[in-house]
Amino acid sequence: MTLSAAEFGARQHAGGKALPEGRMVIDPESGGDLLEVSMGPHHPSTHGVFRMDVALDGERIVRLKPVFGYLHRNHEKLGEEHSYLASMPYTDRLDYICSLTNNWAYALAVEKLVGQEVPERAEYLRLIVGELTRMQNHILSVGFLIQDMGASGTPLMYGFREREKILDLFEALTGSRMMCNYMRFGGCRVDATPEWLDGVRKVVAGMPAFADEFERLLCTNEILMARTQGVGVLRPELAVSAGVTGPALRASGVNYDIRKVDRYGIYDRFDFKVPLGEHGDVYDRFMIRLLELRQSIRILEQALKDVPGGPVMDPKAKIRNFRPKPGEAYGRIEAPKGELGFYLISDGTGNPYRYRVRPPSFVNLTVLEDMCLGYSVADVVLILGSIDIVLGEVDR
Amino acid sequence: MLGEGILKGLAETAKNFAGSYVSKERLTTVQYPEERAEHIEASRVFPFLVYDGPDAFAGMRCVSCQICEKECPPKCIYIEKSKDKKPDYVGKPQNYPVRFDIDISVCMSCQICVEVCPFDAIKMDSVFEMATDNRFGGLLLDREKLLKSNEYYHSIHPTEATEVDGRLAEEKAKVEAKAKAAAEAAAAKAAAEAAAPKTAAPAAAPAAKPDAPKPTGGAE
Ligand code: SF4
Ligand code: SF4
Repeated sequence: MTLSAAEFGARQHAGGKALPEGRMVIDPESGGDLLEVSMGPHHPSTHGVFRMDVALDGERIVRLKPVFGYLHRNHEKLGEEHSYLASMPYTDRLDYICSLTNNWAYALAVEKLVGQEVPERAEYLRLIVGELTRMQNHILSVGFLIQDMGASGTPLMYGFREREKILDLFEALTGSRMMCNYMRFGGCRVDATPEWLDGVRKVVAGMPAFADEFERLLCTNEILMARTQGVGVLRPELAVSAGVTGPALRASGVNYDIRKVDRYGIYDRFDFKVPLGEHGDVYDRFMIRLLELRQSIRILEQALKDVPGGPVMDPKAKIRNFRPKPGEAYGRIEAPKGELGFYLISDGTGNPYRYRVRPPSFVNLTVLEDMCLGYSVADVVLILGSIDIVLGEVDR
Repeated sequence: MLGEGILKGLAETAKNFAGSYVSKERLTTVQYPEERAEHIEASRVFPFLVYDGPDAFAGMRCVSCQICEKECPPKCIYIEKSKDKKPDYVGKPQNYPVRFDIDISVCMSCQICVEVCPFDAIKMDSVFEMATDNRFGGLLLDREKLLKSNEYYHSIHPTEATEVDGRLAEEKAKVEAKAKAAAEAAAAKAAAEAAAPKTAAPAAAPAAKPDAPKPTGGAE
């Protein structure tokens, strides 16, 4: 289908979007036709079932409309129909790469709702699995980004090789590689054995070597730099006003990390830095993830030094017949992709009255058009990859 | 120099390529089905029902309380409660499921049924090769398919099974001690009332009697 440039151009100008320097602005008077292309919903680089309606002037993007909902599973309504505990395994399926951080955010929200405390050892275990999750997410997202760029295989497979070790640890602890369903209100489901902790120590000890390898492999690669530097720039003002969080926000130079802001869990006990980008382009978003990987290693090294003993579950916590008093709570954490929050309203029954998820990928996706305007089709794939979305979470 | 980064990257891949011939660390692929990854003790797939002893029906731990049916998030357990009762592991008469189906095309392996079961009757299996060409009947596991022995449970989750056995033995010992005390009290009472032998004997928990001499049995 072809549409006139005037039509889209006018819409573009009416929107009043100021394009950064160097990007092409379509002149509505110039005439000529635009080409509308539907990318997806099964395009291999769209990270799930996701479609983009793009209008092109030659190779340049004039308009981009994300279309999603293909993976909608009624998550929030199901949460309202089910008991509090029964929603826990469903949260695994939001961002299925990072089930443990999803568990954590949900457990945090419910704990806030009922004023539940978490034992020391459980806090340590949560932090350990949370940071392992962040590591494997970042490894994977970088791998996929490079894959989208056309380097099929090698970096992604190196990433998978490392991630496999982390998934083995998850399986040994929780019984499942991806659908962990590990955390409970008031602690964690099972305790970690000393052997498991030794296994984590071993994997964490091997990680810096992998990070070095990955950096040697990628960071100075001329093709990668040419493809990513100055592409998909996200201005910090726009990022903040659109509510973008996570590595995508920090790559634009905004210092906002919920681990530092909220200091939830026991993050305030550890010494780590929040890496910040300067340009907000694809390259910065890629580098931020590699740098955060190093910070996660640092946190884990400190946390693994002395994991306290004790119970992993508050003995007073209830599993069945869990009925919080009427009230509301919002629990949020810094998930690998950004701010993941759960908002719950209780009316005193066994099911939440309202159950709402604030998924980071969904909110980060809202700036996709602004990041893509003026760049070429091939860049769109990269820019999308650099936001790091998972459709399970976007569509819910 | 232009291309330096690319060369550096290539050196890295070359290192990995050569390394894969000498270092086992770099050969991570397991050639399934010829080779198999090591069994991880905690790993879980779908639930199964545990029975004690040689007879699946007699040793069935499930008492058909239907808590798991109610708590299962996707509601994939179907239980039909029996009208009659059979003795459970401590000898107490309990209901049992005449029908116990799990639809594993719906089950999401979340383990919540295991967590909520107060009788340690349902546990997670680790068999994953369950492909079938019948998507309805083939994926609906009935009671006979679900029942597996305690020995099998020990073979897949040894630590957890030992813990469960210990807990059950303890409970059994407690129940037996109680029954024994009750029996002794009843006997004393009966002796005291020997002058007037009326209805004391039949009321005094006769079921627990045969097991009474061995208070700490049970753990196999
Ligand atoms: S498996 Fe356990 S929870 Fe389910 S009906 Fe049987 S005894 Fe009750
Ligand atoms: S594992 Fe979860 S989904 Fe499957 S039967 Fe048990 S409670 Fe239901």
